[in-house]
Amino acid sequence: MTNHWIDIKNSDVILIMGSNAAENHPISFKWVTRAKEKGATLIHVDPRFTRTSAKADIYAPIRSGTDIAFLGGLINYILQNRLYFKEYVAEYTNASFIVNKKFGFKDGLFSGYDPETRSYDKSYWAFELDRHGVPKRDKSLKHPRCVFQLLKKHYSRYTLDKVSAVTGTPKDKLKEIYKIYASTGKKDHSGTIMYAMGWTQHTVGVQNIRAMCIIQLLLGNIGVSGGGVNALRGESNVQGSTDHCILFHIWPGYLKTPRASLKTLAEYNKKFTPKSPDPMSANWWQNYPKYSVSFLKAMFGDKATKENDFGYNWMPKLDDGKSYAWLVLFDEMYKGKFKGFFAWGQNPCCSGANANKNREALAKLDWLVNVNIFDNETGSFWKGPGMDPRRIKTEVFFLPCAVSAEKEGSITNSGRWMQWRYQAAKPPCGVKGDGEIMVELMNKIRELYRKEGGVFPEPILNLNWPREYDPHWVAKLINGYFTRDVTIKGKHFRKGEQVPSFAYLQDDGSTCSGNWLYCGSYTEQGNMAARRDKSQTEMQAKIGLFPNWAWCWPVNRRILYNRASVDKYGRPWAPQKPVIRWNGKKWVGDVPDGGWPPLSYGKKSRYPFIMRKWGAGQIFGPGRADGPFPEHYEPLECPVERNLFSSQRINPTVKLFHTDADKFRSCDPRYPFVCSTYRVTEHWQTGVLTRWLPWLLEAQPQLFVEMSEELARLKGIKNGERVVVESPRGKLIAVAIVTKRLKPFKILGKTVHEVGLPWCYGWRWPKDGGDSANVLTPSVGDPNTLIPETKAFMVNIRKL
Amino acid sequence: MKLTRRDFIRITGVATASVALGNLGFSLKPAYAHAQVLKIRMAKETTTICPYCAVGCGIICHTDLVTGKVINTEGDPDHPINEGALCAKGASLYQMINNPKRMTKPLYRRPYSDKWEEVTWEWALEQIAKRVKETRDKYFIHKNSKGQIVNRVEAIAHIGSAAMDNEECWLIQAMMRALGLVYIEHQARI
Repeated sequence: MTNHWIDIKNSDVILIMGSNAAENHPISFKWVTRAKEKGATLIHVDPRFTRTSAKADIYAPIRSGTDIAFLGGLINYILQNRLYFKEYVAEYTNASFIVNKKFGFKDGLFSGYDPETRSYDKSYWAFELDRHGVPKRDKSLKHPRCVFQLLKKHYSRYTLDKVSAVTGTPKDKLKEIYKIYASTGKKDHSGTIMYAMGWTQHTVGVQNIRAMCIIQLLLGNIGVSGGGVNALRGESNVQGSTDHCILFHIWPGYLKTPRASLKTLAEYNKKFTPKSPDPMSANWWQNYPKYSVSFLKAMFGDKATKENDFGYNWMPKLDDGKSYAWLVLFDEMYKGKFKGFFAWGQNPCCSGANANKNREALAKLDWLVNVNIFDNETGSFWKGPGMDPRRIKTEVFFLPCAVSAEKEGSITNSGRWMQWRYQAAKPPCGVKGDGEIMVELMNKIRELYRKEGGVFPEPILNLNWPREYDPHWVAKLINGYFTRDVTIKGKHFRKGEQVPSFAYLQDDGSTCSGNWLYCGSYTEQGNMAARRDKSQTEMQAKIGLFPNWAWCWPVNRRILYNRASVDKYGRPWAPQKPVIRWNGKKWVGDVPDGGWPPLSYGKKSRYPFIMRKWGAGQIFGPGRADGPFPEHYEPLECPVERNLFSSQRINPTVKLFHTDADKFRSCDPRYPFVCSTYRVTEHWQTGVLTRWLPWLLEAQPQLFVEMSEELARLKGIKNGERVVVESPRGKLIAVAIVTKRLKPFKILGKTVHEVGLPWCYGWRWPKDGGDSANVLTPSVGDPNTLIPETKAFMVNIRKL
Repeated sequence: MKLTRRDFIRITGVATASVALGNLGFSLKPAYAHAQVLKIRMAKETTTICPYCAVGCGIICHTDLVTGKVINTEGDPDHPINEGALCAKGASLYQMINNPKRMTKPLYRRPYSDKWEEVTWEWALEQIAKRVKETRDKYFIHKNSKGQIVNRVEAIAHIGSAAMDNEECWLIQAMMRALGLVYIEHQARI
């Protein structure tokens, strides 16, 4: 989230799309309701009428996988009716930037496309630069090749008729929603978006969100209170685990994992440190080497020296251009590439797309380590449906771990608040905390290398690793400390002193910091995440800002890009709900995005989007794999023969897997119905931490599939009957819920039925509770992130 | 009398209804409320954050000073996000902690076996450490096909976890990267 949960109350219009917040993030509705009580309008767009829809002022149905068409229509509406926030768009976004002559778009393809590699040469999308190397701008937004004009041209194709024909959303609903959402383009109004996996789990997932970012920038809704782009994260610490980068492509703090071609630390730093010749651009990533060196110092402590490149070559490197993402991982495992596997606090046999493929893949391992609180479908995969244990060689180690309240440490919520948890009780006899397990295991491995030697032992033996697990020791390391006495910016720091903020991190080895984004979270003042002080200034109280409660990255800034919430004199666009204000000497309110004075101070100031190379919000996004503007493509499996917007039916940059487990069918009469997956309030993710709780299981005991009355009639299915749901990849037995919550769509003149089912069940428990919906979903992903398309695929339904 | 909070709500609900009907003549409500307060009066209070979704609701845990067990969990009224409220999942934290179905011993499944065997932590961790070392040493890749230094292991993969604390997340990535793993993923990718 660019903003945070409480801030939702400051919105004038709340759009919930790709999310069922009322059921999956129930407490978020406390703040949605507060906004509504003050007169805000709530809009819900979803294939299914849910409890979120029931609370909405306007509900509109949409066929799964057509969000870009819907949002493209909104962009078109805003532009055609000139409802954008002109000053914000011209000054704070790249709408005024001139794009080079090679850029073009024709029949679903942007220029630079190579059909053989199914990828783009992004140099075709570059900006035209002036003699200083700075993009040329036309702030009147009239130049035919400026981003604004290209945007207008691109989305002029997204007419109400076309959008309605593709999405199945009635035209009058589209118009009503477009009009109300566009009203937040008034400078003292704000609109927010609450989205979740309903937007990310698509082959166009990133571009779904990009489309909304464009809308938010056009309406001046980024950086302001009641605005932003807000991902509702589904796991208690998925924000923190992402910040600390348990992901192949990034190191903690979103630093890049080095590629093989980057032989030295200097080459690595050079590659990822952007240079901006524009003196008005803060270009924050210019500090990259300070963060990467401080990270390596945290990894290897005193063993990381300038002479050995701070241990750069002890870190594993990826091949250039290769992905090691989840779907690739399970594809390689299915092909027998891996010997060992850790499934730690995760249940991929239910959570991963094409779950049958993952289950088969585990049978090809030599050994598997599964750490969890409860038994689950992954640890016990060898006795699952269709498995013959006598033929499965995989050795499995199951390690029982503690519940959150049995250990001490912090987690980071969706609003980036790092909050400390205390140990309420010791784990039961025989159970250890995750931290304890990993520290003990690594110490055993280190002992073996110390005693026996082994291949390339340096990174293992030189790792800065504790004897025993202590969350405070790690939290202090993540924040970072000075490794020697040093004077920085006129301030003297002693060796061992905690670094007060990332502004003091250095690239010479004098500081360590496990994650620069969390620098400031555990300082000489103490553990900031543990703070429980609700004091606030009058200005902060107006927008529900609690700067002394817990801690928020970066530098306790609660609303990101807040320099965009004020005009060039530092006056809030919305004085009734100000985020920051320049008082003539300094900023007051939230922690600003840098202390520079407002833009009226000229060269002393900086543009508001400080993390971007050119300091501008990116309406044009030349870094994405599938194009600088979002374009509608159908899901890999879809019910229509052709894409109404172009002759490219699916995202032209999607990469497919080719094992016998990767079967896909579009417009196949055997799989005629669109299907989507979701969760229920009472279960969490695969259900591994909820299915074992009698209170929750009693409320939601078994797998169901929801379908419209029309479809049920067509198939002769009655409410409560058991039915088979099948896709090319697997089948499930579920209880039919025949409901008015789903209605057939009219798509390109044809009737299209959509069904849906939750993915929170598994064969292991409860007995006869059903299995995971991911048995049905396809293993295909977004070309940028490789997040799988589990929200739009095709199935059949029949009576058992 | 052992009284859970659920029982308390149920019984007081009945008692209130009875009073409304005038059958009982007096209310049990204060007595049960007193019993409930007694139960947590001597308990240690700690704050935690809900382990389910990422709204980050505050929860108070009450721990019995004698048994060391968590005897009650409830929404933290001081927490600015949830102001004491919890959803069905958050309100069930008590039952995740006190759950007879929890696994309490490390288990081992031999190749081609159809059952789990209970093992000690010492044995399990030693065996895993050995497997990691053997696999790593055998399959370690110093240079890729282009001859570039990569110092990595492609024969072991790791996933998880967004359910861990930040400090554990940082440590697990440090550990896996130090071992040379490149296939490191978790919930954020799916």
